[in-house]
Amino acid sequence: MAVNDTLEGTHHIIEEAHEQQDKILLPMHNDFNQELTTLNLGPTHPATHGIFQNILQMDGERIVSGVPTIGYIHRAFEKIAERRPFYQITTLTDRMNYCSSPINNLGWHMTVEKMLGVTVPKRAQYMRVIMMELARISDHLICNSILGVDTGAFTGFLYVFQEREKIYEIYEEVCGARLTTNMGRVGGMERDFTPVAIEKLRAWLKSFPAVMKEFESMFNRNRIFMDRVVNVGGISAEKALDYGFTGPNLRAAGVDYDVRVMNPYSSYEDFEFDIPVGTNGDTYDRFMVRNEEIWQSLRIINQALDKLPEGPYHADAPHYYLPPKDAVYKNMEALIYHFKIVMGEIDAPVGEVYHSVEGGNGELGFYLVSDGGRTPYRLHFRRPCFIYYQAYPEMAVGTTLSDAIVILSSMNVIAGELDA
Amino acid sequence: MPQDAPVTSEAAVADNPAKVQNARVLARLHQLFGEDAFTDVEEPYGLLTATTTRERIHGIIAGLKQDQEIALNFLTTMCGINYPENVGKELGMIYHLHSLTQNIRLRLKIFFPVADPVVPTLTDVYLTANWMEREAYDFFGVIFTGHPNLIRILNVEDMDYHPMRKEYPLEDGTREDKTDLFFGR
Repeated sequence: MAVNDTLEGTHHIIEEAHEQQDKILLPMHNDFNQELTTLNLGPTHPATHGIFQNILQMDGERIVSGVPTIGYIHRAFEKIAERRPFYQITTLTDRMNYCSSPINNLGWHMTVEKMLGVTVPKRAQYMRVIMMELARISDHLICNSILGVDTGAFTGFLYVFQEREKIYEIYEEVCGARLTTNMGRVGGMERDFTPVAIEKLRAWLKSFPAVMKEFESMFNRNRIFMDRVVNVGGISAEKALDYGFTGPNLRAAGVDYDVRVMNPYSSYEDFEFDIPVGTNGDTYDRFMVRNEEIWQSLRIINQALDKLPEGPYHADAPHYYLPPKDAVYKNMEALIYHFKIVMGEIDAPVGEVYHSVEGGNGELGFYLVSDGGRTPYRLHFRRPCFIYYQAYPEMAVGTTLSDAIVILSSMNVIAGELDA
Repeated sequence: MPQDAPVTSEAAVADNPAKVQNARVLARLHQLFGEDAFTDVEEPYGLLTATTTRERIHGIIAGLKQDQEIALNFLTTMCGINYPENVGKELGMIYHLHSLTQNIRLRLKIFFPVADPVVPTLTDVYLTANWMEREAYDFFGVIFTGHPNLIRILNVEDMDYHPMRKEYPLEDGTREDKTDLFFGR
């Protein structure tokens, strides 16, 4: 390994890489029997569900090679985060996986809490679990129902979207927002569950299983659907691990890795649930794993709601947790803490921390390096779909275009997270 | 950290299983690659962290992937980092490895001069390293020798700098009406 190459050597390497790229993009084919078509799938193709491009080389209907181009909605979150106080970074995490933003928000808060050494009370942890599992359900619902749409089954999508709307109403009741939730605070939740929130949650828990059953009965053994997804886009467990797959995509390949079980956070160890796994990692397995995870998430929510402990919904950490607004007007200490937190005068400890949560589509990690200032020195997001999307060309090559669309859909690639 | 710090998690007990495990992993690392291969061994927040050199990093990560005893065979993530004040070690790469069978995590770091940002690629060990290295090249200008396709990934192709380096401020450096003397970096 030529490690000691000088800079001259490095230019040479880059040039070579560019040549290599040209070769991939413009394959030379002298075979007259094989005339290839270049097809731009995206950046604004409805089937990509976001803005990213795949330059496909097609031999008739079959895909010969694919080159993904990403970065169309890159917003430099890691750079922006280097100038923002910790509590302001939450809104950046919203915009990564916007199908399950509470998981991102709360994962980020947990990272900061781990760094600060703040212990969150049980009630807040259970509340977080409930919100995170709701987010997981809505994430999986979108992914699976859109997979249905891509195979031509529009009805199931409409059925479950009604339920997603109800989940968003619960979000609204809990944090005031729907899509980019900015939920929770460092140290706990921003407010307790209101009686209306609990009521809505209970009503939804009653009504949702019937809809989910209907959705499953529409798809799971549907001949047309199965013909489109069984043995399409399969990936072996070894390959999936090599490509850094996590989440439902990895579990569909048969590896039972789930951050919630392996490194429990936010009291996940208190709940009983199963990790569904698939066998050959194809589109059907991914679909089935997500469906089963929805049932498991429901189990977790039911347990958490039944066992929801009494007590405070945030840690007694006045240095980090904003005091209630009315106290700020009447109470000297509250005013001081409010000012110090908002102006970012409270220093964080020096150190580095890695924390990961089970996001909607895999292990969502936050690597935070603090130099003691009010902002991170460096913040790196381990975005699961950025890492596993690179396997897409390999999974799509050899299939037809219609299969490639279905594979892409079943991988649950979220453009916001892909590009950060 | 403030003097009257809030409620902290329980102090590390002597027979902390995480510490025992880290000691075991470290012993195995020393056994496999020699004691002089690792410097600055720490355990921030329970995660074993060691610094090594760029000459060794490829061998270590490839060796760990093969090793059956601690089975660190999953590359969780890697990222670049820039410390402009560390002369001769301005740039760094940080690797997070994970053993899915034994639930061991390991963080490895390497540092090298910004004038010579050449690091061996890991794409021959992990397929997933491909885009991670392209990201590090894109944002920090780290050159990975042997990488099959080292081009920018998130930024536009004709960008001529590496924006995550600390020398590039987030906001327009020419503005004088927004000096942040008291708050912010």
